[in-house]
Amino acid sequence: MSTLPNGWEMVVGLEVHTELKTQTKLFCGCANAFGSEPNTNICPVCLGLPGSLPVLNEKAVEFAIRIGTALNCVIQGSSFHRKNYFYPDQPKDYQISQYDIPINGIGFLDLPDGTKVGIERAHLEEDTGKTTHVGGSGRIHGSDESLVDYNRAGVPLVEIVSAPDIRSAEQARGYAAELRAILIASGASDGRMEEGSMRVDANVSVRKGSDAPFGTRCEIKNLNSLRSLQRAVDFEALRQIDLLEAGESITQETRHWDEDAGRTQTMRSKEEANDYRYFPEPDLVPINPTQAFIDEIARSLPAMPAQRRVELIAQLGGDPTQAQRDQLMAAVELNVDSFITGAIHAGVTPAIALARTANELAALGDEIFSLPLDDYVALLKLEDAGALSATQSKAVLADLVAAGGGDPAALAKQRGFEKLDDGSLDGILDEIIAANPDEWRRYCEGDDKLTGFFTGKVMAATKGQADGKAVNAALRTRKG
Amino acid sequence: MSALRTAQDVADGERSASEVVAESFRAIDQRDAEIHAFLTLQREQALGEAEALDVRITNGENVGPLAGVPIGIKDNMCQIGEVTSCASRILEGWRPPYDATVITKLKAAGAIAVGKTNMDEFAMGSSTENSAFGVTRNPHDPEKVPGGSSGGSAAAVAASMVPLSLGSDTGGSIRQPAALCGVVGVKPTYGLVSRYGLVAFASSLDQIGPFANNVEDAALLLEVIAGHDPKDSTSLNQPAPSLVAHLDHGVRGLRIGICSDLLQGASDDVATAVAQAAAVLQGAGAELSEISIPELGLGLSAYYLIAPAEASSNLARYDGVRYGLRVDGDDVTAMNTRSRTAGFGDEVKRRIMLGTYALSAGYYDAYYGQAQRARTLIIQAFAKAYGSVDLILGATTPTTAFGIGEKSGDPLAMYQSDICTIPTNLAGHPALSVPFGKGVDQMPIGVQLLGPTLSEQRLFQAARVIEQGAPA
Ligand SMILES: [Zn+2]
Repeated sequence: MSTLPNGWEMVVGLEVHTELKTQTKLFCGCANAFGSEPNTNICPVCLGLPGSLPVLNEKAVEFAIRIGTALNCVIQGSSFHRKNYFYPDQPKDYQISQYDIPINGIGFLDLPDGTKVGIERAHLEEDTGKTTHVGGSGRIHGSDESLVDYNRAGVPLVEIVSAPDIRSAEQARGYAAELRAILIASGASDGRMEEGSMRVDANVSVRKGSDAPFGTRCEIKNLNSLRSLQRAVDFEALRQIDLLEAGESITQETRHWDEDAGRTQTMRSKEEANDYRYFPEPDLVPINPTQAFIDEIARSLPAMPAQRRVELIAQLGGDPTQAQRDQLMAAVELNVDSFITGAIHAGVTPAIALARTANELAALGDEIFSLPLDDYVALLKLEDAGALSATQSKAVLADLVAAGGGDPAALAKQRGFEKLDDGSLDGILDEIIAANPDEWRRYCEGDDKLTGFFTGKVMAATKGQADGKAVNAALRTRKG
Repeated sequence: MSALRTAQDVADGERSASEVVAESFRAIDQRDAEIHAFLTLQREQALGEAEALDVRITNGENVGPLAGVPIGIKDNMCQIGEVTSCASRILEGWRPPYDATVITKLKAAGAIAVGKTNMDEFAMGSSTENSAFGVTRNPHDPEKVPGGSSGGSAAAVAASMVPLSLGSDTGGSIRQPAALCGVVGVKPTYGLVSRYGLVAFASSLDQIGPFANNVEDAALLLEVIAGHDPKDSTSLNQPAPSLVAHLDHGVRGLRIGICSDLLQGASDDVATAVAQAAAVLQGAGAELSEISIPELGLGLSAYYLIAPAEASSNLARYDGVRYGLRVDGDDVTAMNTRSRTAGFGDEVKRRIMLGTYALSAGYYDAYYGQAQRARTLIIQAFAKAYGSVDLILGATTPTTAFGIGEKSGDPLAMYQSDICTIPTNLAGHPALSVPFGKGVDQMPIGVQLLGPTLSEQRLFQAARVIEQGAPA
């Protein structure tokens, strides 16, 4: 954990916008889809044509309540307000959002490090379109033309506002990672930061000591990854400390994170901020979910990440190593832990199930979620039984995912992976020892670092087809 | 000729829809050069629809209750492919890609839209003088205004160009022009008629309603356009009321309150007409009483905060980006500003500024918040009054039609002409205006009947009695 100089402490609160993965938009029947041709998922309502009226998507309400329930929020009767401001990507020049009574009130989120971060609210609102500036400088000022795609306009969003309970950049990252895992687990959102389906803004201020009142805060935008979030929060806290230590003051403003330059820059000052003129949306009626509806959502919510981590540790048995703990965190965060549990249930050695899932499977992208668990288990069993080396198993896994499943044994055969019999391993070892007499002597005298040297030679000679464990065993036997 | 009779004759094959529609266009051609009730006509479209309807009738198909009846549509209701400008430069030439729910219902009922009628720009006004495309004249005296904002729809019916038309009423925009033009005008219960496709002025107050030459036709048209619409979240979960079948049930035993607060500022001839209408109701067996609802006096000021506040937001979308008028500028803000400056008329700008101010940080509670509290008081006061009476009788407007140009320089005097109609919109209740004689200037007078939520059946019964007892 990075420490700040001279007893300074940072105070961070995060505002996270997450798109809900409903089939249709928040107030009309248009498809809620990413990556369509511009202006193809539009209609009079989401284009804000004169005379059109919004009708609330009930599925979005359900998804918002799922998120609220997962974040331990008070679920309440709520209503919509209009947030008025002019912007070309906003079809009505107001956004339908929630103001004084959000659907999800106060809640909290427990971080894996034990910190409890308060949730102030998680409210429902509509997304805007997307503006592209073309020609000239390509920036908003100085471009020749601005083009607007309204496919995203009216996509349902939940904005989750944390309390200012975060005290370090690592913790900010940890909160965003845990929140993303919760959003994915709730089934309401896919949490993709790169595609912009989850967007994070950070409010950062600093103070001298943890009893001092909060300082003036700055809001940082354009945080497109967890890494950017952590870097930006660190940079911003240090920038503010430098200013204050130089006797200057902090101006409340919105700042833009420049990933390439690694710094934040002024976007707009408080004076330029809009007066949003919120008032109750007269085209919609209040949302009053019944207690039965709320209870049913709570009942149907799957296990959340914290609980899944506890269950996974129990399944692994014994005391996991730090490396295993990291794998377990990653597996849950990336929502691949069901593969581990499934494999362990099917009898795969827990350590192999954990390592292969967290390290290799999770790196293979979203296609892994269409891989049948049985096929995955069959592959791990081949490795477990020594029929495939770890290296071979990883190669076959990639094939298996690319093919969307199949028989791992057949895929291994296609690659020409055959298990080496012990006889041929012996012959290869004889040749390697003969060719490297000095190394073999030092190894026999107890230099265990040379284990890797010999294993590497065997792997090279067998093009990776040897089983690492079998090689180690054979080396130890020969050493005597 | 009544709309009901026309529809029956067309359905029975006594007359063809084509003949009825052609006759309507002949009347328009004769009178509209002077009156200017219509902004656009749909001659080919209408005659084509009429011919298709005639074929269906010849084939023995079942046609709707408004078969072949020509109708005028206020220019703030969307109709596929037909210019819908709201009488504003900013929407000049704009053709919607979809039909308003009322248009869909009219088509299904066999009605034939003949054109879009003139109005005050975005329905903001009481004289139709705020149209960007010229004034409409009162058919009873072309030097007088027809009222507004639905002045074109009222004048078209009054001049017998069409037997029916649709208007929208946000603070009296159907009832006031109905009174000034001597026709029947109805503002239904909020949520009874879908607002989907009605270009919004003030969403919590706007309601579409009928104009007709008589109570029965107005009832028929309301039956056709009313009913739940899933596309409008504020639409009531209610079927269309049965009105025509119950029209002649009379008012025996009905308790009717004559409201002194709906007579304040009324000229002598208007006050006399209301008293005579009361006598007609009493003669038909109604129990009359005099009532006072002083809270109604809060209506005008509450209305002129709430309606502009909602309008300032509803009209933000006319920014030159997606449709309508665009005047280029160096950047997007300049383009927005120049488009809106060129596209909106003075009254619209006045109300946008008023509404923007009323919603601003630091002023919200003193203006918008206070207006909402006044609105609540009015609703409570009405509820109390309807504990002792079934309907309320009053004036529709304080005076008969005023002269063109007479009030256009004085917005506050203009706003006063809606003083009797506004409280109904704030409460979401139904009300209607029925012609009742003429003033000393020989211009029509309307009397207003008000009722609680969904009291349309009773309102029409009482209106029928007044209509039958009105001076010839
Ligand atoms: Zn849409």
